[in-house]
Amino acid sequence: MMTNANELTIAAARDALRKGELSATDLTMACLTAMDAGDGLNAYVHKTPEIALEQARAADARIKGGDAPDLCGIPLGIKDLFCTKGVPSQAASKILNGFRPEYESTVTAKLFDAGAVMLGKLNMDEFAMGSSNETSCYGNAINPWRRGNDETALTPGGSSGGSAAAVAADLCLAATGTDTGGSIRQPAAFTGIVGIKPTYGRVSRWGIVAFASSLDQAGPMTKSVRDAAIFLGAMAGHDPKDSTSADLPVPDFEAALTGDIRGKKIGIPREYRMEGMPAEIEKLWTDGIAMMKDAGAEIVDISLPHTKYALPAYYVIAPAEASSNLARYDGVRYGHRAKLAQGDGITEMYEKTRAEGFGPEVQRRVMIGTYVLSAGFYDAYYNRARRVRALIKRDFDQVFAAGIDAILTPATPSAAFGLGEMASADPIQMYLNDVFTVTVNLAGLPGISVPMGLDRQGLPLGLQLIGRPWEEGDLLNHAHVLEQAAGFVAKPAKWW
Amino acid sequence: MSIDIDTARKVAKLARIRVEEDQLPALATELSGILGFMEQLNEVDVEGVEPMTSVTPMRLRRRADQVTDGNIQSRILKNAPDTREGFFAVPKVVE
Repeated sequence: MMTNANELTIAAARDALRKGELSATDLTMACLTAMDAGDGLNAYVHKTPEIALEQARAADARIKGGDAPDLCGIPLGIKDLFCTKGVPSQAASKILNGFRPEYESTVTAKLFDAGAVMLGKLNMDEFAMGSSNETSCYGNAINPWRRGNDETALTPGGSSGGSAAAVAADLCLAATGTDTGGSIRQPAAFTGIVGIKPTYGRVSRWGIVAFASSLDQAGPMTKSVRDAAIFLGAMAGHDPKDSTSADLPVPDFEAALTGDIRGKKIGIPREYRMEGMPAEIEKLWTDGIAMMKDAGAEIVDISLPHTKYALPAYYVIAPAEASSNLARYDGVRYGHRAKLAQGDGITEMYEKTRAEGFGPEVQRRVMIGTYVLSAGFYDAYYNRARRVRALIKRDFDQVFAAGIDAILTPATPSAAFGLGEMASADPIQMYLNDVFTVTVNLAGLPGISVPMGLDRQGLPLGLQLIGRPWEEGDLLNHAHVLEQAAGFVAKPAKWW
Repeated sequence: MSIDIDTARKVAKLARIRVEEDQLPALATELSGILGFMEQLNEVDVEGVEPMTSVTPMRLRRRADQVTDGNIQSRILKNAPDTREGFFAVPKVVE
């Protein structure tokens, strides 16, 4: 009936599976074939075809039995940050070389309980620290999109770069991502797909390798807003094993996609109009505002005065938490241990193991975090950053209290850039990629990146919508309206 | 706040990451650059603002103080680089 099943959305595949027009096994085979043909993108770093086929067979039996949740039989890619039982899970770091968890993360356990199929583990920046997937121990993931006929390899963004590349190139139907400062939304924008970071606490963090615990949140990366709604519903929910996961009911997010946003108030924050913003991003934003207005929403100029301080606050708080979280990689319980010289004691073991196991960006952030938490600097840096964070959250609280339903901003300050192009830049230039996304993590809010169009070079660009806490359904509905209005259907020309 | 070579050495030591002596000047420059970027935070008036401890105003739930798991020694040791007699093994700590 259909030519390439791997190109389907979750919604279309679900309907075809239920109608018996497609089997989960055939769908999985199509994805495995695409996955193998997509090696040039370096998106998958550990393939699990046997698990996939076994899960697909079980899904087929379940669908036949009439007991099929939405994700039953849907082939997914899983970011390497998620612990998956018996399958390498190493956060793209050498320090977790050979680590095979003896347990399953809550998110993947929920997905598998719902009948989902795991095709393999996906590339990412080491410990999710990066915005271009260039800090991975597996090498760069590559964006399926190119600048017209120019063969320059572009970044799929980061840290969920492998997830973004795999979804954009149809090497799976959808993928899990995680977002600490923009790691779902920026790669989604760079590859023309949808990515949502839920409200902090909506999705359990248990079994996901921790980067910055007060900011980390997992979410779906998908081909449509509807798919994001379906997928998020399966990931979300209270987990007693994560004390920060919210004990709130998970609404039917797909049912929230009414397409009606008449009378909703959309905030346009003036502080996001950055100096030197490319004209194409500016235009994209203006177009998006017009689309929301045409759909009957009211456009309101708003101010989020502390926006400019979000990046420096983030780059104190995230490394501080990372330096604590990554203290566990000491060569004792799992992963890499350095070869020791005669007379080396336990301190040398720690120091050599961590120098060999962590890449340069991770080392840099662990040391920055160590510094800002050290005696004498804790108040000046860490506590000050946490106070600024409170002000950033207050900015959002105030606009929502004034009746704003959602906030529309650009997703990224540029389109995807070339791999290696930022190599000589100082680290802060790379950090600027997160300028529009990082505020959302600091305030714990839900945010979604929606593909809107192509730039002159033929690269996708996205807009971001930010919602009220716990109102992902409403946020997805706004995103759905934007998606329908933009009508983005372009796909990368297959070169891989 | 600029970081000198001694401070860089101290930070590396605290972080338990070996940095060779000839790498310290570059590390000091890099860390200074990043800290310089953070100096912007000093422009913000934070008088009377409490440092944020939790982004959601929810009380952390407490669980019952009960043993719910156990007897999985071999699984716990399975990923260790070196084990002996049911323990994690490390270089000699006490002479």
